[in-house]
Amino acid sequence: MNVITLIISVIAGTASLALYRVIFGPTPWDRLIAVNLISSKVVIIMVATAVFFERSIYMDVALVYAVIGFVSIIAISKFLEKEGMEKE
Amino acid sequence: MIAYIFIFLGLIFIFFGTLGIIRFPDIYTRLQTSSKCDAAGAVAIMVGLIIKEGLNAVSLRILIILLFLLLTNPVATHAIARSAAIRGIKPWRKEKNTER
Repeated sequence: MNVITLIISVIAGTASLALYRVIFGPTPWDRLIAVNLISSKVVIIMVATAVFFERSIYMDVALVYAVIGFVSIIAISKFLEKEGMEKE
Repeated sequence: MIAYIFIFLGLIFIFFGTLGIIRFPDIYTRLQTSSKCDAAGAVAIMVGLIIKEGLNAVSLRILIILLFLLLTNPVATHAIARSAAIRGIKPWRKEKNTER
């Protein structure tokens, strides 16, 4: 088995396992944790693809995706802190 | 060879971190395994990729992404935990006389 195949299949499989917590999470913060995890995994997949297939343009996409994921996590958590959902 | 050892170590960290996300009972414990999965797994895989690539522009860009992930993951984890604590989520305790 190729190494890049192993990396992409393991990370995508665990990301789809974390999708269980996004769908059935009891509170909004559980969903936020799982979304943060999936975003970080997508960044790892992009960097591995850029190295193994020698397409260095994917590296810039990964950097921008990391910045946008961080800003969205901070914004959603500040939103849930002040107002947002009523009690469950 | 050393690069593949680092990558395999990172894949193991990521697998068990995601297992903790599914199995653990509370927000704070899930947050702990999520933070370990991000920090240790991503750092190990990217160090392995840097060793495989050698020293050129691509590995420098991987290093920048690695430093960015190391800076921002604890901040995001702390923001989620702070908002949950302000809204009054109690930490999980093991109840007596219940079997799970």
